Amino acid sequence: MTEQQSLFNYCLRLGDDALVQSYRLSEWCSSAPILEEDLALTNFALDMIGRAQALLSYAGTIEGKGRTDDDLAYKRGERQFYNHLITELPNGDFAFTIARILFISAFEYSYYNALQHSSDATLAAIAAKTIKEIKYHLSHASEWAIRLGNGTDESHGRLQRAINSLWMYTGELFEADEVEASLAKVNICPDAPQLRTNWKHQVESVLNEATVTIPKDEYMQTGSRLGIHTEYLGHILSEMQYLQRAYPEATW
Amino acid sequence: MELLEKTDKTDKIHDDLLKSFEEKIDRDDTIEPKDRMPDGYRKHLIRQMQQHAHSEVIGMQPEGNWITRAPSLRAKQILLAKIQDEGGHGLYLYSAAETLGISRDEMISQLHSGKAKYSNIFNYPALTWADIGAIGWLVDGAAIVNQVSLQRTSYGPYSRAMVRICKEESFHQRQGYEIMAKMMKGTKDQQEMARDAMNRWWWPSIMMFGPHDTESPHTGDAVKWKIKRHSNDDLRAKFIDKTVQQAEVIGLTIPDSDLKWNEARGHYDHGPIDWTEFFRVIGGQGPCNKQRMAHHLKVHNDGAWVREAAEAYREKRDKQLLHL
Repeated sequence: MTEQQSLFNYCLRLGDDALVQSYRLSEWCSSAPILEEDLALTNFALDMIGRAQALLSYAGTIEGKGRTDDDLAYKRGERQFYNHLITELPNGDFAFTIARILFISAFEYSYYNALQHSSDATLAAIAAKTIKEIKYHLSHASEWAIRLGNGTDESHGRLQRAINSLWMYTGELFEADEVEASLAKVNICPDAPQLRTNWKHQVESVLNEATVTIPKDEYMQTGSRLGIHTEYLGHILSEMQYLQRAYPEATW
Repeated sequence: MELLEKTDKTDKIHDDLLKSFEEKIDRDDTIEPKDRMPDGYRKHLIRQMQQHAHSEVIGMQPEGNWITRAPSLRAKQILLAKIQDEGGHGLYLYSAAETLGISRDEMISQLHSGKAKYSNIFNYPALTWADIGAIGWLVDGAAIVNQVSLQRTSYGPYSRAMVRICKEESFHQRQGYEIMAKMMKGTKDQQEMARDAMNRWWWPSIMMFGPHDTESPHTGDAVKWKIKRHSNDDLRAKFIDKTVQQAEVIGLTIPDSDLKWNEARGHYDHGPIDWTEFFRVIGGQGPCNKQRMAHHLKVHNDGAWVREAAEAYREKRDKQLLHL
């Protein structure tokens, strides 16, 4: 793979993470437990659509075939999507959504902090803007995790179950294949495996305060970087891409 | 005032208070939460403001139905931002209504019991992407006409909420119109969707202004107290006049063969409104009444454990702070 191909693929990974997260978060619209939370979750979804636009547009530029952010979002199939598996799992209950935001935003906080120093100026600029948003996602999810963990028996139980089921999807966040390894060498992207210790400290400190048990590291799911997904992604794409696929001649 | 016992003395106080209230209204002063106000005024506002708040919130459903299918990232972003604004409007309006002595929980339970209503328009389904255009352009367009008029309503918190809301609503209307304009310039399928949405949303939109002035049960006191500054028919005429031209510009036909300019009135005349349908839908027999309420109720019930947890946590925290 040339550096250009690697960079293209890498931008798709980051862009797809944002795009699929925004999709799941937007599903909370008019479905959250309180109106304030409806607004907060859809606000995060909006942040992530903006991030996806920036990253997918940049991916299109690097590829140099004239594909736009919309082309990349709406006209690729399941096997050409590279978002982490954790982003595509169905929302579950509110505890599941909060636990997912906690895990991902704690990861993204370290990751985008490092990406701000990327030797690629565009990625560095996107990261500088994004880190402010991520900071807020992380603090919001941490506060809710603490609230749910210390709330009632029911909320504690739900948070614990969410943490348990999501844990096996967290390993993938810290994988680096040859694409990322080659880009990390030239300081384009952060070295993800190195960030895990920090992430674990951060997550543990929140979960300890939430009085839930941290699962043991056992079997971890993987595959997204090769375009091998859960069965859920196909359903997301069939819904998201429906109009673009049904009316390929139309512009919207 | 309603709390005073009826004696000659209290009758006199009652009359004085009513007089001072009416003088304020006559001077076009706003009425503020701590001001004395007649029971009927308070009740009217609670009814109207909570209906307005519930409408913003229930209105999130038909538009929310299209977020995951929005056909471009930009369209998705705009739609989501718009729906989020509606939720925000719901929040201001609940807070503004709370200044009248009713809690948000009470208002939500009145919505669930059917005592409180929401705008009838949201009992219609959003079937295609063009419906998102039609809702923004026509439904928000109609709402703006009403809300602009309410900026001068006599109750201060309501009037101030309207000023804020109107700024955002005009952006909503433009986004809806933009969708329709784009679709009318698009493929045959897109044009067909736009026409179909226009045909389905036009009549329900003009019904949003409520019954004709001669039939409107709430108009009398509301006008006297300057809660309502313009009549249903005046507002409807204003909406129709501006919308006819907008439709022409993008090549859409309004589905009313009786629609024609009346030079003498300075307004368009429109054909008869099917009030049987209006009252049937308000009465609960619209396409989505049950769906909208069932969804709101389900979300409310599903979220109960979260609200309980937040409350339990707050209590624990308060206790801890007391022991520090």
